Amino acid sequence: MSSKSYSLFLKDLKSELRTRYAINALAMFIIVAISVIMFSVGQEKISPSLTGGLFWVVIFFTAMSGLSRAFVSEEERGTTLALQLVASPTTVFSGKLIFNIILVFAMNTVIAILYSVLFEEFIIRNFLLFLTSFVFGNIGLAISSTIIAAIIAKAGAKGTLYPVLSFPILLPLILASVQLTLFAIDGISFESAKFELAIVISYDVIMLTASYMLFDFIWKE
Amino acid sequence: MINYSLEAQQLNKSFGRRLIFNDLTFKFDKPGVYGISGPNGSGKSTLVKIIAGIIAASKGKIIHLLNGKIVTEENLHNHIGFVSPYLVLYEEFSTLENLKLFADIRGTEFNKERVDYLLNKFLLYKRKDDLLKTYSSGMKQRVKFIFALMHSPQLLILDEPTSNLDEEGKNSVYEIVKEESKTNIVIVASNERNDLELCDEIVLLEKYKS
Repeated sequence: MSSKSYSLFLKDLKSELRTRYAINALAMFIIVAISVIMFSVGQEKISPSLTGGLFWVVIFFTAMSGLSRAFVSEEERGTTLALQLVASPTTVFSGKLIFNIILVFAMNTVIAILYSVLFEEFIIRNFLLFLTSFVFGNIGLAISSTIIAAIIAKAGAKGTLYPVLSFPILLPLILASVQLTLFAIDGISFESAKFELAIVISYDVIMLTASYMLFDFIWKE
Repeated sequence: MINYSLEAQQLNKSFGRRLIFNDLTFKFDKPGVYGISGPNGSGKSTLVKIIAGIIAASKGKIIHLLNGKIVTEENLHNHIGFVSPYLVLYEEFSTLENLKLFADIRGTEFNKERVDYLLNKFLLYKRKDDLLKTYSSGMKQRVKFIFALMHSPQLLILDEPTSNLDEEGKNSVYEIVKEESKTNIVIVASNERNDLELCDEIVLLEKYKS
């Protein structure tokens, strides 16, 4: 990651702190989604495995509500041309990716903390496994969200297209991450989870490589 | 002395079945003002975007040469300054913040002397710390000129450069065009007679419709 990409990330961070384009949407979605789950569960005892699945449901839909901002906000405000005039496609993608990685980690850490506090059944027995899957899962989510945001930014129905296009692309990651979270809840060892971990890590590598290869074509009309 | 030139080779651009221009060939190989003219919808903006490497031509190519060496697409943005009515800068930042962040993203040093000179030239020095969203459309157009000139590009592309500007603003633009054209290539895409009068050579797009 070059200093130019870092400068672009700082620009996005500063812009986000001033406009609150994504942070407000993400915060509201986290609160609403977790509240709805709590109300629907009520006094019922839910199984730990179900909390693990619901945890990733909240993460997926929260990501869909805010992560497209990386490119959509530039397109909506008409500033894409200014970026094209000052930076190479690689710089732009790297800068946006750093921003989304930070945003995904912040968002999912908040979700994980709220989940741990509000759901008694969400008890992680193998914390190291959970942390590993959380880190690689978040990186994969950020990479996929960034490249999909770039693809849909120029489309008409951005709001609908983003989750529709994201679902099949994120499905392998979500399935493997749900399984790893369940393993972590059940206290299963690292050794037994290596197949799912390999899937998540491979997914990250493939998506990162494909994204850098594709972005030049997406960025140039 | 830096020697910049650009050459269009049999350019063709179509949007779907609609042909914008065909077999467009020209060469701008010495400093000066070059015009691109044609009626509304003739493809002036499309052509300047192709020259700037923002969109791709359907056929043909543009070759940028710096001291005889081809400028790669990856580095093209360091040699180009671009002004147009559809260029939008970040309204949540001030002029100075915009210019600093663009210098950082471009990876060039922020040249304070050059920026101060341009801010004075375009009568924006006193408002340099105000957010862009508080500016009038004419003032925003002036900021775009500073954005385009701050890194001293060898190729300055001006698409309808005097739109939204008052007489004073237009005069500043004409002065800048004359000044820049002594050492650099300036391309003006416009229908305004006053803009085109500055040009040494004009490409008429109506000629390339078949």
